[in-house]
Amino acid sequence: MSGNEFILEMKNISKNFPGVKALDDVSLRVRPGSVHALMGENGAGKSTLMKCLFGIYQADGGEIILDGKPVSFANTKQALDAGISMIQQELLPVPQRSVMENFWLGRFPVKNYGLVRLVDHKKMYADTKAVFDDLKMDISPNTKVINLSVSKIQSMEIAQAVSYHSKVIIMDEPTSSLTENEVAHLFTIIRKLRSEGVSIIYISHKIEEILEISDEVTIMRDGKHIGTYPDKELTTELIINRMVGRTLTNRFPPRENKPGEVFLKVENYTSTVERSFKDVSFEVRRGEIFGIGGLVGAQRSELVESLFGLRGVKSGTISINGKTAVITNPIQAKKYRIALLTEERRTTGIFPVLSVLDNTLIANLDHYVRKSRLLDRKRGDKDAKDSIEKLRVKTPSAATHIENLSGGNQQKVIVARWLLTEPDILILDEPTRGIDVGAKYEIYSIIADLAKSGKTIIMISSEMPELIGMSDRIMVMCEGRVTGILDGKKATQEQIITLATQFM
Amino acid sequence: MKNTESPGLSERFNARSIREFSSKNAIVLVLIGLVVFIGFVQSSFLSLDNLVNILRISSVRLIIALGCGGILITAGTDLSAGRTVGLAAVIVASLVQRPDYASKIFPSLPYLPLFLPILAGVAAGLIVGIINGFVVAFLKVPPFIATLGTMVIAQGASSLYVDRPPRGAQPIGGLRGDFTDLGTGSLGFNDTWAIPTIILIAFVIFFLYWVMLNKTRLGKNIYAIGGNLNAAVVSGVNVKKNLITVYVLGGILYGLAGVLLAARSGGATNNYGQMYELDAIAAAVIGGVSTNGGIGTAGGILTGVLIFEVLNNGLVVLGVSAYWQMVVKGIIIVSAVALDIRKYTKKR
Repeated sequence: MSGNEFILEMKNISKNFPGVKALDDVSLRVRPGSVHALMGENGAGKSTLMKCLFGIYQADGGEIILDGKPVSFANTKQALDAGISMIQQELLPVPQRSVMENFWLGRFPVKNYGLVRLVDHKKMYADTKAVFDDLKMDISPNTKVINLSVSKIQSMEIAQAVSYHSKVIIMDEPTSSLTENEVAHLFTIIRKLRSEGVSIIYISHKIEEILEISDEVTIMRDGKHIGTYPDKELTTELIINRMVGRTLTNRFPPRENKPGEVFLKVENYTSTVERSFKDVSFEVRRGEIFGIGGLVGAQRSELVESLFGLRGVKSGTISINGKTAVITNPIQAKKYRIALLTEERRTTGIFPVLSVLDNTLIANLDHYVRKSRLLDRKRGDKDAKDSIEKLRVKTPSAATHIENLSGGNQQKVIVARWLLTEPDILILDEPTRGIDVGAKYEIYSIIADLAKSGKTIIMISSEMPELIGMSDRIMVMCEGRVTGILDGKKATQEQIITLATQFM
Repeated sequence: MKNTESPGLSERFNARSIREFSSKNAIVLVLIGLVVFIGFVQSSFLSLDNLVNILRISSVRLIIALGCGGILITAGTDLSAGRTVGLAAVIVASLVQRPDYASKIFPSLPYLPLFLPILAGVAAGLIVGIINGFVVAFLKVPPFIATLGTMVIAQGASSLYVDRPPRGAQPIGGLRGDFTDLGTGSLGFNDTWAIPTIILIAFVIFFLYWVMLNKTRLGKNIYAIGGNLNAAVVSGVNVKKNLITVYVLGGILYGLAGVLLAARSGGATNNYGQMYELDAIAAAVIGGVSTNGGIGTAGGILTGVLIFEVLNNGLVVLGVSAYWQMVVKGIIIVSAVALDIRKYTKKR
């Protein structure tokens, strides 16, 4: 160890994505043997910053100094070798293979047998066991990863980070799916690592946890560094204030929609999945924009996907316009004139290799079948073109593959797709995610117009200004349950955060 | 999309548009290049007789490749194609043997109107298609495995069908003239102005398949399912129904191809259709069908089949040994696809 004051310094880091400034002159300095919390709203740039550090992204500007030496990583392997690890739960390497094989993936110990080099399973087992024993983790190196609990997998990944002799370990929302006991165990491990001189960068929304475990806290907002504070100076109010602290300007179009009579009524909706949403009830009116807020993992997407028939429900009822509706698949949902814009545009939204035109028409082909059973392409093409023109989709031509469009324009095409089905209820799951600011405003205008025309709109958003700026009412969820329904005009970000973290 | 603006002459012939044209039509250019090259080295290749012969052989192959192609576009595959062709061939052949033929498989079979045996052959394909579709769509068995199973079953079934004591597993021959006319005869005003029936049938099938892919809901849904299965589900596409339909259509086409194959060759054995599925997949892929799904056209499949058969015929005409033919064909398959895939892998 050198005698530097900081083990890691990230200086003036900038990162641009097409149309978005994700990181703007952000600095982060981490002391050796400390837990440094990184906080901010969804979209504040925490993950992007960490990905720049870990070699997943390359920063456009700024420098990274690790242990006194400037570094830059072209890939994660280089970062790992230099002593930086990142614990990400969704990045399970190979679930069907054993713990130790995952542990040493990319750096298997080998033994020379004359000309051949074979993997040294004995050494692999012994080394894995040694690391686990040292950290007092009870995991068998031979178990298949797929059979481990979430918490065990996380422990395994922390142990893996230790085995790389990491100086800095990044933990991105490590407790999001842990029980209380598991969190306590995780904190024991973190404290042990800290006492051995390892630095932890700890990303979390959970303020209580931050106050408990961290030594220093850096707060980010809108891709900018807001400040770094010693743990002692901080209180819950202060953190929320710094995280939110922004005034709303003209980021949203004026809304002239007038909510009418109750159109959709959901009662006691409960998922078939144990840890998902429970006992959710709400009503949405005609011409109303009904926002759903909450943190990642609040089961909001799961809820609306169930309303659309993509996921199962154990109990609960829906009624639409006073009549009970039974929806077990999207085909039925469409019959009830419900449309769903999913959260994951790439995986469940676009058909990348198909044209903009075909992407627009796909949900509404039934409408264009002639008596001869052939499609009326002329009418379909015209409607599709009108629709993408109305939404001002920027595309070289209607025949362009949708994968060549920007995120915002892809999103507009999917909106156009659903508008062609003439829905009464439009469910939008993070409609502006990954879209640049200008396109956001256009999407907002579209939503406002639809509400004005009497459509019932449900909008999930993790961006609080968006929720407050667009919604007539806001339902907040935490860990699968509804924690409150607020009036959109009076709701504050503080109220929403408080409700969104009620059970944490 | 039609380009409504008419570009000026200079624009039409600049380097970029030529490059674009050749990248878009690489496969057609390969076909033309092959024909010109083989014809240049051995002019007998370009004789009308030889070219018509290539088209005749291509007819059966095209029908199989279309059936397979639609399935490939859904990101599926169909290994049972070849053996289903064989099964249909033996079934139809056994029902159209001449009454006076000595070793008939059904000695007491009455003279059947032609449509009945044909229907039986097509029905055999239909049944295999239904099984494939059901296993893939409802039991969710990966298409490769599901159709591997039916491939083996179809081979067993056709052998069982042929192998009847005391006659044993002999080739089925002595087919009726009205039946073999389907494969060898022509339709037209007179002898000089006539088109071989089999080519006409293939053309009709090609046209229908083109209509299906481009003009119907089924076609659009096939592309959507292959392009992004999850998005198709979210969009309310009835994935199961569409998948079954495309496998059933495939089966029907293999059945028809089997009928035409028996008609063209005037008989059938239980080895008919062996490896045809791989040729069909190769031809479709050469023609630009993506095995990742979502991409492919009827025209491309036609081009792929023609390349394949021009090559088959050309190598023989050029006097290349059978073993070298295989090596060359393998190289052509891989290089044609490597060339074609440039269209899609530019960025990333």
